[in-house]
Parts: sequence; C-alpha cells; structure tokens
Amino acid sequence: MSIKATLLKQSTLALEKTVSVVPIHVQIRGAHLLQKAKQKVFNKKEFPSFVETEIPDVTTLALQDIDVSNPFLFKQKRWESYFKRLRDERPVHYQKRSPFGPFWSVTRYEDIMFVDKHHELFSAEPIIMLGDRPSGLHADTFIAMDPPKHDVQRRAVQGVVAPQNLKEMEGLIRSRAEDVLDNLPIDEPFDWVERVSVELTARMLATLFDFPYEQRRKLADWSDIIGGNVELTGGDVVTDTAFTAAAEAGKAFSALWHEKAAKKAAGETMGFDLISMLLANEETKDMINRPMEFLGNLSLLIVGGNDTTRNSMTGGVYALSQFPDEFIKLKCNPELIPNMVSEIIRWQTPLAYMRRVAKEDVELNGQIIRKGDKVVMWYASGNRDERVIDQPDQFLIDRKNARNHLSFGFGVHRCMGNRLAEMQLRILWEELLKRFDNIQVLGEPEYVQSNFVKGYTKMMVQLTAKE
Amino acid sequence: MGKITFVEHDGSQHIVDIEEGKSLMQTAIDNSVPGIDADCGGSCACGTCHVFLTPRWITSIGAASEEEALMLDMTPEKSDVSRLSCQVQTSMAMDGMVVRLPEFQM
Repeated sequence: MSIKATLLKQSTLALEKTVSVVPIHVQIRGAHLLQKAKQKVFNKKEFPSFVETEIPDVTTLALQDIDVSNPFLFKQKRWESYFKRLRDERPVHYQKRSPFGPFWSVTRYEDIMFVDKHHELFSAEPIIMLGDRPSGLHADTFIAMDPPKHDVQRRAVQGVVAPQNLKEMEGLIRSRAEDVLDNLPIDEPFDWVERVSVELTARMLATLFDFPYEQRRKLADWSDIIGGNVELTGGDVVTDTAFTAAAEAGKAFSALWHEKAAKKAAGETMGFDLISMLLANEETKDMINRPMEFLGNLSLLIVGGNDTTRNSMTGGVYALSQFPDEFIKLKCNPELIPNMVSEIIRWQTPLAYMRRVAKEDVELNGQIIRKGDKVVMWYASGNRDERVIDQPDQFLIDRKNARNHLSFGFGVHRCMGNRLAEMQLRILWEELLKRFDNIQVLGEPEYVQSNFVKGYTKMMVQLTAKE
Repeated sequence: MGKITFVEHDGSQHIVDIEEGKSLMQTAIDNSVPGIDADCGGSCACGTCHVFLTPRWITSIGAASEEEALMLDMTPEKSDVSRLSCQVQTSMAMDGMVVRLPEFQM
C-alpha cells in the first residue's frame, strides 16, 4: 500500500474509531500529527489567515459582492449598514465566493424564525459555524445534531442549567460577583473585559463544571481558541493551536470525569455539576468512550457559556455609555433590570448567527435554496429588523416585548443556558447599581476578529463610587 | 360569559374572561397573569408559555402536537398534562377550566 493510501485509510479510521483505552489527549495529538503528515504528502495548504483591510461602504458594492462573512465586519462597525442593505434589497442573499465557500444569508426576523423552526428542512449538522471543522478535529456536539439524537443528549445535560438548579446556585453566583466588584479600582482606568466579564464568566463555568477553581481561566482560554478558529469563524487562532488546546482540554476533562466516576462507583453523593449529570444519565454515562462526542459536548458548553455572557456583560456597559439617558432611567428605576437584560442580549447579539444546511430545495422569500446549500441565520440582523422591532438601533431598557429577540435562537436548538445567562446579567447589574454611580467608558473598545462572536477584547472604563 | 382560572405556582388565582378564538397564552398576557414569558410571541418555537391543564381537559382539547412536544421537552417540569398555551385556542366550551402555571419557564 502506498504512503498516500495508508494515510487516507488511517485518517478515515480516525478518532471516532479509536479504542477507548487510548487517552483522549493522546488521540488528538495522533490526529494532529496525521493531519500534518497528510498536508505534507498531499501538499495541502493550511487555511489562510485573514489580513485586515478597510471594508468599503456598502452602497459602493453590487449586491452579489456583499460578503458578510468578513471577520472584520463587526470590528469596523460596518455590519449595521451591510445587513440593513440586505434586509431591504435582498433579504435572502447568496454569496458565491466567500473564503468559507458559498452560503446563503437569511437576514429578516420572520425568515430567520422560519429556518430556525424547520429543523426537518434545515439541518444543524455537521457544525453551526460558517466554516468547516478542521480535518481530524471533528468533535460532535448536540447543537450540531438533528433530532432525535439531539434530543437525547440535550435532555441529559439541560438539568444543570434548569431554573431549579439555578435557584440553588444563585447565592454562590452572587457572592462571587460581589467579590469581583468589591475589588475593582475606583476613579482609575482598568479593562472591564479582563477584570469583570472574563473573570465572572470563568468563575461561573468553573462552578457549572465543578472544575478546579484556581484553573478557571483555562476554561476561558479554551473557549477563545475554539471560537476563534480561523477555519470556523475567521478568527485569529490557527488550527495547530486548536489541536493543542483540544488535547489539553480533553486531558483535563477526562481526569475530572474519572474522578467523578470513581466517586459514583464508591457510592458517594453526586453533585449537580455537568459531568455528574452525564454520569447519572443512562444515555450518556459512557460518553467518555466516545471521545469526540465527550469533547464536543463539553466544548459546546464552555463556548456557549463563555463568549455569550462575557460579551453581554461588556455590551451592556457599552450600550449604556452610548445611550446615557438610559443609564439615568436605570438608576431611577432599578426594577427595569430584568427587562434591560433582555434588551442588552438583543442589542449586543453576542453570537451573530447559526448555520444550517438545506435538506431539500426550499423557496424562501423569493429565492430557491438548493439541497446541500449552507444557510446562515443572521440573528444580529434579525434583531435589528425594522419590520418587527420598533427603532431597532436604539437601546431602550424599557422596550416593550424585549424578550422577543432572536439571540437565543428558536426551535429545538434554542439556547439551553438562557436562564443562567439572564440570571448572571441580572445579578451583575443589581450589584453594580448598589456600588457605583457611574461607569465611564474611556475611548472605543477593541473588538474580536470573528464573523461569529460579536464581542470585545478590551474596554477601558473608570468607576465612580456611589455616595 | 365564560371564565378561565389561572393558578400561579404559589397558589394565587386569576379569573379571566374567555375571548373566543384567542390563544390561552394571549389571554393570560392580556390579563396581566404573571408566569408566562412567551419569548417567541406565539410561534411554538421557545417553550416559555408552558402550562398544566387537567387530564379531563387534555382529553377534550387534545394533547400537544409533535412539534409542540419537542418544545415541551426542553422544560424539566413537563408532565402528561403539559401544553404550550400559545397552541391552545380558547372557546366558550372552556368555561370553568383551571390552568396551572409552572414554577419556572425555560
């Protein structure tokens, strides 16, 4: 057998087929080496990095040249005008030649709702980002599975973020938030993203996973690496780094799994953390033997619980700095916090889209989407759709029907952690109002490079204490 | 005129008039009955207008459709008498119906 044939054969037998006795991180390293060897033998180029250039004014472009997969669209603040033009002129839009291949953009609220609801027409498989998964790193997660397999896996873990469980956790989440806020500097500049948003979400994730608390920032780092992968979202993380992180995460979570499994075998009381829940469920108690599924589902919950809440924590402060009258309204009416939380999640839309693949030919708003085409539901655009949302670009903390935003998605894949996210943001704002009279945003924030994560890497602020 | 009684998780009762043809969800919202979020606005796409009927009413108006059942699966409080209130059209025949609300919507 030739080297090429051998490599091909081995790669098809890749991780999923590997016997479960080989530790996950060793399997991932093996897959990584295989991938590198394949690249060499087949002279395959690595997915190119994105170099930032100035994005033109959308009015200067022909419709077919509009490419909203550009990972600098949010960073350069062009996204609002680009999506407005698509909503008005070509609400279901085809881009033939993006770096991620051809794809459809669905940009109006009602059409997004249609696609999201019809999982029998639009598959979430194999992945919900615009790009494809790096070869050899095909982790499986239920956000990217169709019913009925999706339903079984989701059911096994959704209890961890169910309201009953959250009620138990609220006190702990609040005390951790208090601790972070009590230690912030007053009257001097600091980075809100680093000190508050990243720290609070990392603490939350460590709680959910019962992950070693002192190592909690690793969870945030892994999330950044997965979400920032160049092939998936146009981010600045090369695939080599993703393999290394996947191996590291796989190792840490396997250790945690085995520790919990030993506790279970010894008949000890199990906690309400995620791995304990997986171990307690008949369908998922052996997930460790399906390494790519194990790693995929944990990655999903890390990314799902991280970028989203983190960027809403920053986005809320930024929104209030852009709409200072709303901050005054908030201080006079703190009972508006829950409604404001929904409005923050709409206004920010921390994950810009979810991707589907058409399972058959579908006509949508005058366009024929062919079976097998990629279809991107741009929540960030639907949340600004003038047809459904009044004054959509305004941030209004007392907005009527603020809960009707698209940021959590709709249908069977609707965000599982939505109640946790709302609770975290509500607690943050309750505690902020107790302590601070003003949060001044100093200059423009810095943005994440991605077509998927709509977020911030840095935002300098200065706090004024409450008298 | 027909009446429906909504019972909150803490036992508080809200007796409201039936407006024939309006969904149970909209009836609750229009009468400021707390405990229903209806995040998707009545599209059977979020599961946050979950209510409990009684076996008798489930028998007469029917159980959840397949699509509705998928949404109901998202809430751990789901039971045999669960329905999404946006998918139940009210009628005068429902006079006297008691609708219980869950502790949480999810």
